[in-house]
Amino acid sequence: MSQSASTVINDMSLQVATVNGSGSQSANMVLLRTLFQMGIPVSGKNLFPSNIAGLPTWYTIRASKDGWIARKKEVDLLVAMNAETAREDVLSLRPGSAVVFDEPLQLGSVRSDLAFYPVPFDKVIQPVSSDAKLKKLLKNMAYVGVVAHLLGMEMGEVEAAIAKQFRKKAKAAELNVRAAMAGFDFAKASLEKKDPFQVRRMDANRGKIIIEGNAAGALGAMFGGVTVVTWYPITPSSSLVETLIGYMRRYRMGADGKSTYAIVQAEDELAAVGMVIGAGWAGARAMTSTAGPGISLMSEFAGLAYFAEIPAVIWDVQRVGPSTGLPTRTSQGDVLSTAFLSHGDTRQILLFPGTVEECFRFGAEAFDIAERFQTPVFVMSDLDLGMNYWMSEPFSYPEKPIARGKVLSKEDLQRLGGFERYRDVDGDGITYRTLPGTDHPAASYFTRGTGHNEKAQYSERPDDWVNNLDRLERKMETARRELPAPILDGTGAEVGIIAYGSSHHALVESRDQMLREKGLKTDYLRILAYPFSPEVRAFVDRHPRVYVVEQNRDGQLAALLKLDLPAELTTRLKSVAHIPGLPLDARSLTDEIVAREGR
Amino acid sequence: MAEKTNRLGLTPADYKGSKTTLCAGCGHNAISERILESMYELGIPPERVAKLSGIGCSSKTPAYFMSRAHSFNAVHGRMPSVATGALMANRTLIGLGISGDGDTASIGVGQFVHLVRRNLPLVYIIEDNGVYGLTKGQFSATADAGSTSKSGVVNQLPAIDTCLLAIQLGATFVGRSFSGDKKQLSAMLKAATVHRGTAVLDVISPCVTFNDHEGSTKSYSYMKDHEEPIHELSFIPSYENIAVDYDPGSTVSVKMHDGSRLQLRKLEDGYDPRNKIEAVTRIMTSHAQQEVLTGVLYVNTELPNFYDLLAIPDEPLATLPQERTRPPRKVLDEVMDSLA
Ligand SMILES: Cc1ncc(C[n+]2csc(CCOP(=O)(O)OP(=O)(O)O)c2C)c(N)n1
Ligand code: SF4
Ligand SMILES: [Mg+2]
Repeated sequence: MSQSASTVINDMSLQVATVNGSGSQSANMVLLRTLFQMGIPVSGKNLFPSNIAGLPTWYTIRASKDGWIARKKEVDLLVAMNAETAREDVLSLRPGSAVVFDEPLQLGSVRSDLAFYPVPFDKVIQPVSSDAKLKKLLKNMAYVGVVAHLLGMEMGEVEAAIAKQFRKKAKAAELNVRAAMAGFDFAKASLEKKDPFQVRRMDANRGKIIIEGNAAGALGAMFGGVTVVTWYPITPSSSLVETLIGYMRRYRMGADGKSTYAIVQAEDELAAVGMVIGAGWAGARAMTSTAGPGISLMSEFAGLAYFAEIPAVIWDVQRVGPSTGLPTRTSQGDVLSTAFLSHGDTRQILLFPGTVEECFRFGAEAFDIAERFQTPVFVMSDLDLGMNYWMSEPFSYPEKPIARGKVLSKEDLQRLGGFERYRDVDGDGITYRTLPGTDHPAASYFTRGTGHNEKAQYSERPDDWVNNLDRLERKMETARRELPAPILDGTGAEVGIIAYGSSHHALVESRDQMLREKGLKTDYLRILAYPFSPEVRAFVDRHPRVYVVEQNRDGQLAALLKLDLPAELTTRLKSVAHIPGLPLDARSLTDEIVAREGR
Repeated sequence: MAEKTNRLGLTPADYKGSKTTLCAGCGHNAISERILESMYELGIPPERVAKLSGIGCSSKTPAYFMSRAHSFNAVHGRMPSVATGALMANRTLIGLGISGDGDTASIGVGQFVHLVRRNLPLVYIIEDNGVYGLTKGQFSATADAGSTSKSGVVNQLPAIDTCLLAIQLGATFVGRSFSGDKKQLSAMLKAATVHRGTAVLDVISPCVTFNDHEGSTKSYSYMKDHEEPIHELSFIPSYENIAVDYDPGSTVSVKMHDGSRLQLRKLEDGYDPRNKIEAVTRIMTSHAQQEVLTGVLYVNTELPNFYDLLAIPDEPLATLPQERTRPPRKVLDEVMDSLA
């Protein structure tokens, strides 16, 4: 095989189309890991249905020498294993793409502008096993071998990836290696390379890890000293707590054999958040994890915790709503409702992790913030970030000691003689609290969701009400200055772009496209928290046009910004909101912003 | 004359709350007094108690006793989850949950049911008046079928018997009493307080403003006529250390977790509150006979509680030091290596 001028190296997107429940996930992980081990920047996106078995599912792997890890809009190599979607999948490809397909699907005649590679998977796998059930699974590993040959993956790395994937099952590993070899040998003997896509060893991944955001968040929580965890299963958040359970069992058992934590599967999200609030009140670092429908259920409690001033950490791994919506697709659709979650003048603190590293960091820091401000902290992740695998530098051990906020001990009370729960002694809006069980006659106070004065006594007096709400507002102003600051990239451009969360990855690639293809220079501010830092306003102030990129229909963060900015600045904001139910891609952003800039 | 004190040297005033804002004569006030009194008599340090409640006239009452205890007046029907969280965070607290019949049997029935299944150590008091007092007298789910509202509307739906429900679902201490029955309620509260599992007490507590009329089955006069104590209760605290003589033929003596004894002198032949099936049968018979059966209907001191199941240490999770809640650097290194 010669390397023609049209060869494309380490810059391609591979899509595997299978049936949900057919066991292709291990094979796809092996492909991903092989590329990762070959030092090529890689990312994987699982597009799966809300179904246990039978519906179509697609797994997309992108290799990018330039390090782009967002979803690529175009598919370069399709592995078509699903009869139901095969035709449509093939029809949607760009000319020049390649298709590996299960021979009985007879796709070769559908189009004449693609490179087709028919593979009789049943026959290929026949010598590996005669067990019908196993064969179904091994077929997947056979396509790994075929793809490996076509793209020039190193089989030694494929074997290593299989060993890692099946590390606790040596026998399965061996069988899978044989299946991959069978695919590889078949391709070598029978397929003639007709497409330009190839991979080559690089050295871009030295020292890196691969992890899903949910696992990163779980690790963060563990190192953040979480002691009470509650949950109610819901996609895409379940794996956060499920992973956490695994880690905690392993690393958070005391020398006495007792757990240094409690994890409870609650009866619903109302109970899950109620337990977190009870635990936070009693002084624990408590968290729960959910998605849209669960967040909606938590609304009443979220207002109580805001108003009664109780720390709580709530992960919202966002999926597509309204209602049950697209339960297995990603979105940033809960931003606006969560910022004001609950009735009345409620305001909530939101964090927006954009990388797995930030999932880890915020997983821990969210507790410091919640205890510092004595209020709920919502960590607004999403399905793309949470459930897909991302490369990252290894996480750093938290250097700062755990900070428990303004809590008065028995000794403090002896010194002070007493305290008033809701009095702003320090002028930052944050008041002092005591924990139940503090052994001092002046320690107790009455926690309530009803109107109260500085002494936590019931009050309907207008002055008490206004005083309290003003102080709560002051507390949010303090938060604005102390929450994780936005990250700025670039200065001096006329066009500003604001994004947050997982949109970051498509946006950085899009900025590069805009610059290279159209000479369009942009400055970029990535927001990490709400209430917004004063730097956000300064950024808008410096840019006549600011595009706000996000994954929802209504431009929810843009709307939040408009509430926050002075009237004369709000007209500068241009919402770029996309919600196709697929992770954001750079090309769509580039096309839209370039068009709106008249380029 | 020296002031009256308990074994801690505290006076009844140390157990006081702020002045009640409930209607004069409301059953809930009497229950608050019994709680205050039993905590004083048991010599429980008020600082060790966590009072938890939902929303309703009943749920307001934690403000009216034991101001020296922390208190959390949460949202309607959700006290069980808040209590579960608070007590998991600090298992050394004595949890005192105050709820109403609306708070428990209507909006909160889901959380009530799951609380009971977990056998969380908590005294759960339902101040049961058959109506929503705070929203002015609508029927609650514990109102008996056929009973009438103040304006004469007949309740057509069957009542939820919270005691029956609690027994079926695994509560390990279940009692019914009457706010006007000082002696019984006091003994029941003390035993429930030292019990290390969920103790559900359904206390009939007349609402003088909306449900004390003829036609109500939760009025003072109805209770006078229909209360049927199944035994006579007395509570002998562990620290009193007196040898008790009793006739096993006529008295059941239950040893509580802390060594205290709950003595149940049978008024009714053969009733053994340690027998679940019997308890359920007898409660259902009482419905048919239109009696309000009171007493400790079921008790089991043997089952593991929620803390046992969670395998948490004896000290509060809430205040474990960082050395125990943040794994060392080498753990992160190990995890990072496994992900490379
Ligand atoms: C979510 C919600 N719905 C409705 C209410 C209004 N509400 C307040 S108290 C109450 C009923 C209380 O009844 P119960 O628990 O029996 O207490 P009581 O006042 O009779 O002691 C209702 C419906 C509320 N506070 N919250
Ligand atoms: S309305 Fe009824 S329940 Fe409420 S305080 Fe008055 S008497 Fe008690
Ligand atoms: Mg009531």
